[in-house]
Amino acid sequence: MRTILFIIRKEFLQIFRNKVMLALIFLMPIIQLIILAHAADYEVKNINLHIVDHDLSQYSQRLISKFQASKNFILIGSSFTNQAAFDEIQKGEADLFLEIPVDFQRNLLRDKKAGLQLSVDAVNGVKAGLANAYATAIIQDFNAEIRAEAAGPAASQASLTIASSNWFNPELNYFTFMVPGILVLLVTLVGMFLSGMNIVKEKEIGTIEQINVTPIRKYQFIVGKLLPFWIIANIELAIGLTVGWLVFDIPFVGSLWLVFGFAAIYLLVVLGIGLFISTVTETQQQAMFIAWFFLIIFILMSGLFTPIESMPPWAQEITRFNPVAYFVEVMRMVLLKGSGVMDIQRHILVMLSYAMVVNGLAVWNYRKTS
Amino acid sequence: MANQYAIDVQNISKRYGKQVLALDEISLHVHSGELFGLIGPDGAGKTTLIRILATLLLADSGQASVNGWDVRKDYKKIRSNVGYMPGRFSLYQDLSVEENLHFFATIFGTTIEENYELIREIYVQLEPFRTRKAGQLSGGMKQKLALCCALIHKPLVLFLDEPTTGVDAVSRQEFWEMLQRLRQKGITILVSTPYMDEASLCERVALIQKGRIMSIDTPANIVAGFDKPLLAVRTDNMYRLINDLRQFESTHSAYPFGDYAHLALNGPIWPEAVHAFLADKKHTGIEIKPAKATIEDSFMELMTKS
Repeated sequence: MRTILFIIRKEFLQIFRNKVMLALIFLMPIIQLIILAHAADYEVKNINLHIVDHDLSQYSQRLISKFQASKNFILIGSSFTNQAAFDEIQKGEADLFLEIPVDFQRNLLRDKKAGLQLSVDAVNGVKAGLANAYATAIIQDFNAEIRAEAAGPAASQASLTIASSNWFNPELNYFTFMVPGILVLLVTLVGMFLSGMNIVKEKEIGTIEQINVTPIRKYQFIVGKLLPFWIIANIELAIGLTVGWLVFDIPFVGSLWLVFGFAAIYLLVVLGIGLFISTVTETQQQAMFIAWFFLIIFILMSGLFTPIESMPPWAQEITRFNPVAYFVEVMRMVLLKGSGVMDIQRHILVMLSYAMVVNGLAVWNYRKTS
Repeated sequence: MANQYAIDVQNISKRYGKQVLALDEISLHVHSGELFGLIGPDGAGKTTLIRILATLLLADSGQASVNGWDVRKDYKKIRSNVGYMPGRFSLYQDLSVEENLHFFATIFGTTIEENYELIREIYVQLEPFRTRKAGQLSGGMKQKLALCCALIHKPLVLFLDEPTTGVDAVSRQEFWEMLQRLRQKGITILVSTPYMDEASLCERVALIQKGRIMSIDTPANIVAGFDKPLLAVRTDNMYRLINDLRQFESTHSAYPFGDYAHLALNGPIWPEAVHAFLADKKHTGIEIKPAKATIEDSFMELMTKS
């Protein structure tokens, strides 16, 4: 037991001596959290719209002003030929253009029917889809308006009104659901890299030779290496939650004890993976690449950026082995919904077994004799 | 029995992959309290042998014990009771001299104060740099610190792997003086070195080459075993000199030795005969004098025999 304390003391001495590292550990995640939380916004604002109005009628003007009134679109220009509009898209100036044909108003009034053309730059699929949807909504709205005018105030039409309400995040504030998730990523990143680099650094510098001839036992060494980073990652989580609370006003509906309790187990998994990587590699460079390999998969398949439900079935199976996905879900459940221990017991059990397997592997694979 | 030796090695072999045979059926023993040298060039297998004895490497076959403990079965006992100084500086560069020493003392369950007497003479030289980080010490100082850390738990046996490689001449000499003093305190020391001149500072040495031991004896006996007349020869053209000497009919061997060439002869020959031979080959600045055999001469001799 005392041996473990000595190792921990040595680790902390080394961590606190490395000023650059210290800044990286504590400052970088906070900066990232603040930047990423603002950047990871799904709402597409500021879509650049270009208009080709061949009609120049009252109706076409009304349609254009509806677009201008929308907060999603910015009217950046207009021209009279399709070619000019295409050039704008080609240059990247415009994201989409709306073409209003000649006799738009006349056809609407006379034939009760007219066409419009929307051309969207689909290089960024997500943005294109949303731009298309927003534009369609505006046009439909316009359509309903003129139809009502044509039918006159007397005529009433049967229609369905849908009232929806968003539970647990009434304003659909994306900070509320993104910040806890991003926080998970940052804690994971710091935890896995610190632990992943650690034993391998001792190998690279050669200090492990000296350690291996001491009476230090395997488990003492691993625990002594793991605990300092476990403590740091927990502090990091606390700092991150404070920033989330102060800067982003994220709700704390559930118990914070539960969040930290789960984090305690979760971090054992993350650090265990890092340590395991550390034992199978020879240089920090190798460890870095392997850690990245897993992190990219874990992060992109965590359900933070794309819902797990929309992944193909085989990918959904993979996410069952993704610890990040579990913690992201637990964070959202506890912080937003106020879920209790019973609600997340499956997550807890999975993480506990995961922690045992990974750390078991790390201890087993760390050999003092070659 | 095996227990009477501090280190007992019997028929140890170690292979790396299929090609490299690092140790080939090595056997040797070191008496308790002895300063024993493993002498051989780079790649001879010195480090492999030391790492096997320090329980860092498993031998493919053969038996070895340290202080009566088997390197395979009783590795825990060995690790608590030996000091090991790897060839490469292996202390924490970002920790200070004091912190390194303190750390290694604590993990062996002891304190600096408890065994201070053993390291005192070495540590006083480090004392002025107590708070300096190990990475910022000079080569000689690093070696002293590494030795202190290897000694802090009062080991019965000390393994030193090329402790003087890359250290300046003065520090080398100091280092060997320290080893002599440690030996007087009863610590068994196994030291490896590629420097032949350091062999004479050991009580007994094993000359090792390509994973085989060529000879184990006291340095004096090894030198005495060199029975050929030996001449030191020098001319203005060293390269041509060696080639020409090898053509000389009575030459047993000729190889460079510092500023001179050492010429071993088959049977007694007058130096004048050599002089005449070289003059005939148009050498200038010829200088010939009798030479005393050294460990290096014996080593070269043993190498050609095997």
